Amino acid sequence: MAEPRYITGKKPHAREKRMIFRNVDRAGWNPSIEKYIKDGGYKTLKKSLKLKPGEVTDEVKASGLRGRGGAGFPTGVKWGFIPPNNTKPIYLICNADESEPGTFKDRYIIHQDPHQLIEGILISSYAVGAKIAYIYIREEFPEGAIILENAIEEARKAGLLGKGIAGTGFECEIYVHRGAGAYICGEETGLIESLEGKRPYPRIKPPYFPAALGLYMCPTIVNNVESLCHVKHVMEMGGKQYGQLGTPRNTGTRILCVSGDVQKPGYFEIEVGKLTMGELIEDLCGGMKKGRKLKAVIPGGSSAKVLRAGETYTIRDGDQEKNIGLNDIPMDFDTLAACGSMAGSGGVIVMDDSRDMAWVLNNINTFYAHESCGQCTPCREGSLWMKKITDRMLAGGGVPSDVETLVSVGDNIAGRTICAFGEACSWPTQSFVGKFPEEFKKHTKRRNVGKALNPEAKVASASLMDKD
Amino acid sequence: MIEACKQAAAEVPHYCYHPKLTSPGNCRMCLVEMGMPPRPAPGEQPDLDEDGRAKINWMPRPVIACANTVAEGMGIRTQSLLAKECRQGVMEFLLINHPLDCPICDQAGECTLQEYSVEHGNGESRFLEGKVKKPKNVEIGPRIRLDDERCVLCSRCVRFSKEVVDDDVLGFVDRGSHSVLTVHPDRKLKNNYSLNTVDICPVGALTSNDFRFKMRVWFMRETKSVCNGCARGCNILIGSRENKIYRQTPRENNKVNSAWMCDSGRMEYHKLEHPGRLTDPMIKRGRKHHTVDWTDAVCRAARDLTKFKGEQFAIIASGRMTNEELYLTRTLSESLEAGIVDIVTRIGTGDDYLAHSDKNPNVNGVRKILRLRSPGSKLKTIRAKVAKGEIKALLVLGENLLT
Repeated sequence: MAEPRYITGKKPHAREKRMIFRNVDRAGWNPSIEKYIKDGGYKTLKKSLKLKPGEVTDEVKASGLRGRGGAGFPTGVKWGFIPPNNTKPIYLICNADESEPGTFKDRYIIHQDPHQLIEGILISSYAVGAKIAYIYIREEFPEGAIILENAIEEARKAGLLGKGIAGTGFECEIYVHRGAGAYICGEETGLIESLEGKRPYPRIKPPYFPAALGLYMCPTIVNNVESLCHVKHVMEMGGKQYGQLGTPRNTGTRILCVSGDVQKPGYFEIEVGKLTMGELIEDLCGGMKKGRKLKAVIPGGSSAKVLRAGETYTIRDGDQEKNIGLNDIPMDFDTLAACGSMAGSGGVIVMDDSRDMAWVLNNINTFYAHESCGQCTPCREGSLWMKKITDRMLAGGGVPSDVETLVSVGDNIAGRTICAFGEACSWPTQSFVGKFPEEFKKHTKRRNVGKALNPEAKVASASLMDKD
Repeated sequence: MIEACKQAAAEVPHYCYHPKLTSPGNCRMCLVEMGMPPRPAPGEQPDLDEDGRAKINWMPRPVIACANTVAEGMGIRTQSLLAKECRQGVMEFLLINHPLDCPICDQAGECTLQEYSVEHGNGESRFLEGKVKKPKNVEIGPRIRLDDERCVLCSRCVRFSKEVVDDDVLGFVDRGSHSVLTVHPDRKLKNNYSLNTVDICPVGALTSNDFRFKMRVWFMRETKSVCNGCARGCNILIGSRENKIYRQTPRENNKVNSAWMCDSGRMEYHKLEHPGRLTDPMIKRGRKHHTVDWTDAVCRAARDLTKFKGEQFAIIASGRMTNEELYLTRTLSESLEAGIVDIVTRIGTGDDYLAHSDKNPNVNGVRKILRLRSPGSKLKTIRAKVAKGEIKALLVLGENLLT
């Protein structure tokens, strides 16, 4: 393995708790199997193989580990959905299609610590009874795919892959499959279709729940890269012990990827819920840029609903309710959900007072209009419509009805589509327009008439303006 | 669920669902509210509403009626506010990029977009943007044209080609609102069942070259019939106006043709337009045929036929005749004691689906009514006897032996 092509020896912040990212940026580290084994790697696999598969699942259930891909679904529970009387082959898929804007955690695991992922995959495959595991890696990670292929070969030579892994009867094969550049392949059933060689049209659920009817209509477990790495740590320290990390129901650590208008953007591994939004921005990221004020935060990847500075949220603290501000929100799954957003994929996007929210929304809308797979009507037509409205607003052709139209288009998509992309593309619009109405109204003022770049929009906006 | 609702007279609108194909659930038109009564704890009675029915826990999200199945006790709301809003939303989405070219669209009058617009659409459009431009008037096969701007991407045609005829040439390319239906590069939709895609297309995206722009559908009268292109007997509807046929489309009969028919069967009606077809009774005087009225023709035929008896006389009937015609033929042959009766056989190529290798529609009727054990086997004998002069008169019904 060649020497790493990144800067090593960067110290993590004192408030971080590095488990998954222990080897990321580590001085003297490289992604070879020698380094990994020397550091105690694959011991957890050997330890786990001495247990029964069900016992491994029980440990993961006991740990309370929740999926790190976006939905935050308990991993052990997901594994338990495989029909008990199943006779078909079982597949495990590692979802390395990290494509949610604002998220950049899995790529570092793949690039700098691929063996951790392979160990996690092998333990998980053993637990669910999969003999074949796929790593579905997005097209935009060409180097990551090569690194994984190399790591898989290293593991095979070390007797940790294929038949009779680590001298036991367990056999498992891992294949790397590269995507072709589509966001929708991160949706698990879209991913499965793509892996089968088809267009990644997400499947309808019911009946196609992957745990029963997944890849090639066989039971399939799809887990995120980070989740699978956590499995390794759950088994290393024991489920109960792992459950002590973080906060109850929001256990373990997770990687937050902070981008936007902060002094020091980057990735930070923290204990879930042990850090507030304010601490994340002020301490870990060095605060906002000079002279700027916090305006809004998207806490879990671009599809999460935006949180506005100055808002108050009512959350439950034990039996009591209390009001907190944006800076006081602990970074966990449940509180962010209670605040009307989500922890999602951990991509925290921070915006300061220099940002025009219509521009921000237009940027997000452009992404989703481009990435909608086009299978079902509301998302196919609605995502582009919302983009066209914000396009026109920014071009100076906004009309007063636009604000209302934007929200209702969003309402007509969310909850009515085949997959969660419907929510992903409508939540930004619903929340941005709902929380910053004045910023959008600003773009629909009378003075904008005639400024439209798009001639059709110009005519349309002029005729509507005359009405009121 | 969609079929159960239909049985309960609560029609659920839909585009992508077709009873003979798999349910992809992509149009989202059939969203309804669904719920189940909570399972009561042992010994407890279920909560009842005012009507004495078990109270239902409604799911917060609407579900698609096409891909869900009903269960005992399940509640479905097809007319609730949410269900109506969903339909209205989907209708609006389907129409924003639709060209709205109904006046010149051949589907007008039998278009589900039009139908559902009346029931579930909005009165006016909120769409101020430019529409997405897509390919128009694309020849995707020898008999079919595609207008991608009208397509609602329901995938019925794709599924039909794949699931029913195993000719997977259609598919979608590009994504999002720019998705288009297209035919596989270097291939065409040219299988003998291709025109079924036109029938199941709920909008004017796929139109038949044979029928388009010939007749507005609301002027046509539809008559139930059976195709006479081969021995399968596909049930059909004949669309006609003022005694002129404009098209033949399949009529569902699950024991014969499901909901489909072959393209060659659809074109059968063109035989009626053949210039050599006998349309009036005629009598040959000298070297020429002269049109006469029916009474003259029948009298003349009767008079001449009685001149011959038994072995001097043979009948060649047709496998295209109806049972009633065959019965009359038999009565005639019995009263005239015709020496030989036979029919002309037509053996062509069939396939393993609907097209039969026997291209006569009613050879079975011939076997039963004319009591022919192997139809067509006596034609050679007739020919030889005519040549020898043993047969002096030949009555030919429904066939043209000269061509």
